[in-house]
Amino acid sequence: MAEEQTLKRAFAEAPPAVLERRGGRGGDRSLWVDVLGASSVLAILFALYLALIWAPTEAVMGDIQRLFYFHVAAAWLALGPSFGVVAACSALYLWKKDLRFDRIASASAELGVMFTTITLVTGPIWARPIWGAYWTWDPRLTTTLVLWFIFVAYLMLRSAVDAGHKRARLSAVFGIVGWIDVPIVFMSIRWWRTIHPTVIASEGGGLAPDMRLALFVAIGAFTLLYAYLLVVRVRQEDLATRLDRVRHQLYLR
Amino acid sequence: MRVRRLWKYYGHFPALRGLDLELERGRFLTVFGPNGAGKTTLIKVLSTQIKPSEGLVEVGGHDVIGAADRVRSQIGVISHNTYLYPSLTAFENLKFYGRMYGVGDLEERSRELLERVGLRGREDDRVSEYSRGMQQRLSIARALLHEPEIMFLDEPYTGLDQHASRMLRGVLATLHDGRRTIFMVTHNLEEGLEMCDEVAIQVAGRICYREPIDRVDREHFGDTYFECVGGGHKWDS
Amino acid sequence: MGFLGQAWTIAWKDILGELRTREMVFSMLLFGFLVILIFNFGIEPGLRDEALVKPGVLWAAFVFAGILGLNRSFSSEKENDCLQGLLLCPVDRAVIYLGKFLGNFVFVLAMSLAVLLFFSVLYNVDVIAVLPGLLVILGLATVGFSAVGTLFSAVSVGIKTRDVLLAILLFPVLVPVILAAAKSSAFVMNGEGLFAGGSWLAMLVVYDVVFLAVSVMVFDYVLEE
Repeated sequence: MAEEQTLKRAFAEAPPAVLERRGGRGGDRSLWVDVLGASSVLAILFALYLALIWAPTEAVMGDIQRLFYFHVAAAWLALGPSFGVVAACSALYLWKKDLRFDRIASASAELGVMFTTITLVTGPIWARPIWGAYWTWDPRLTTTLVLWFIFVAYLMLRSAVDAGHKRARLSAVFGIVGWIDVPIVFMSIRWWRTIHPTVIASEGGGLAPDMRLALFVAIGAFTLLYAYLLVVRVRQEDLATRLDRVRHQLYLR
Repeated sequence: MRVRRLWKYYGHFPALRGLDLELERGRFLTVFGPNGAGKTTLIKVLSTQIKPSEGLVEVGGHDVIGAADRVRSQIGVISHNTYLYPSLTAFENLKFYGRMYGVGDLEERSRELLERVGLRGREDDRVSEYSRGMQQRLSIARALLHEPEIMFLDEPYTGLDQHASRMLRGVLATLHDGRRTIFMVTHNLEEGLEMCDEVAIQVAGRICYREPIDRVDREHFGDTYFECVGGGHKWDS
Repeated sequence: MGFLGQAWTIAWKDILGELRTREMVFSMLLFGFLVILIFNFGIEPGLRDEALVKPGVLWAAFVFAGILGLNRSFSSEKENDCLQGLLLCPVDRAVIYLGKFLGNFVFVLAMSLAVLLFFSVLYNVDVIAVLPGLLVILGLATVGFSAVGTLFSAVSVGIKTRDVLLAILLFPVLVPVILAAAKSSAFVMNGEGLFAGGSWLAMLVVYDVVFLAVSVMVFDYVLEE
């Protein structure tokens, strides 16, 4: 490809200053990332075994209940770590003005969309045979849906602004406001539904010990997967930023 | 006014590249430069409209980041954008900005300024009904409301007809009274050289030429300018 | 001039400009009326929960019409680059936020009152009897709506797709306001009184306080370049 040729030539001619950070942060593959990747794959396999084969079949719901382990794990990641990291890194960016925090926030928001989507897809699949409806306006469901909209809005905002500090500032402001909003959304929807009580009883109340173990393993495995994907995505963005900088320096010459 | 090692990045693009500049109180400096030299960026940093990425910038003895409001109350900005609200009348525009600057005896001051820029009698017309030249004159009045010690002019002649340009020149001449510091950027050589005390040329985010006006050969300034600008691509990274 | 005086000066400038051109208030009003009209076709008369649906229609109309006003709030400052002129003034950025917020609050509230009148005629709801309660709810909800709306209007102002983007950013964050306002106005309209929905009112107050405070704190970052 022509562009690749140009870049290769450019690298060959580039002064050392341009390439100084070649082996640095976000550079070549490092061992701990591979270890993290491998262990998350193993953990997922183990969680699959526990959830699909080892855990006892639920007496009333049958095999469909096995979805529950992944459903809960994805929901936990969406509400907890994903959004937490977005908010924390947004605040850190506004404080330190380091674009790396912005890249972490963005990667975490993308994963947040993924895990919220998994939650929203597995939920109705389970709910149809059990509750007799794909969707009920239960507080948890509705909050997750609103959360999905907030994550998507965050990414839409990012896609509408050119990369750089301006995008980082605007999306950080939105990320923080959105994060503060989620508990209020949850409270409001819970009150809304307690006025009209629903059929749903508490989900995790009487869980058998084996089931509880399978659930915890699933949560752990998903958390590892989240961490691995976050690291990979942030490194990819770091590299893209470096490439962009190199291009600019070459262009300026 | 003091600028040390000023850098401003847009993304990875450095619009200002370690710029140094000093200007004494009461002097009138004109900065020339081609498009993309970072002139507007420089004036925006000096007038606290954008934050510098690196470096020290002091205007009127105050830091533009740490004491932005102190700087803002001392400066007046005239740019090719008028900053006027089109649905308000000239008088209302002045009253609005006057209140924001905390100007005392606003009515009196507004009338005096309207008189000065030749808009007396039209003060109750909406700005949207004004011609481009009249709007620019009103924007001069707006910039002078709070009697700023330092004036920034960003391509003030852009889009003005003969009459309005002459008016602007007249106002500038009265502003240039030895007490007020004036900083103008333009790419128009003739208008820029007219009444300044000092001349500078900015290319690719740096000042590459700086002389007092009496040492500038007006006849051949064009050649000096193109020499500077032409040499612009050779700077090192 | 004090902090609030300057904020009010900014709001007054917006209101005065709008009184001259009337472009925004008219389109907001028409849009609000249209939403009420369209919803009417979606709701069968005599529906079991008709009494519960009505406040929902009202709040949908307020939100959709209100967002038109927010869209104009900062984009009107783009003409002649007025926003830069405003930023050059030696006032705290929080003052600018509060000024724009006050202006939006007045516009949205004025529009809501007119839409409320239209609604009460078309849906046969006697709003006069319950007006004090409704006004309290309307005021609290409009504060929350304008607080977040003003911030996001500033966020989206320089963006090409700002109109759609503002709606996408704003609606999910507004869920608690819409819910609380619709619920508490249902209590009021059913004659149960303002304090039957006391916890909803409390939620509106909490939302208003939290997001006004947060917006004032982060607004500086939105406008800085």
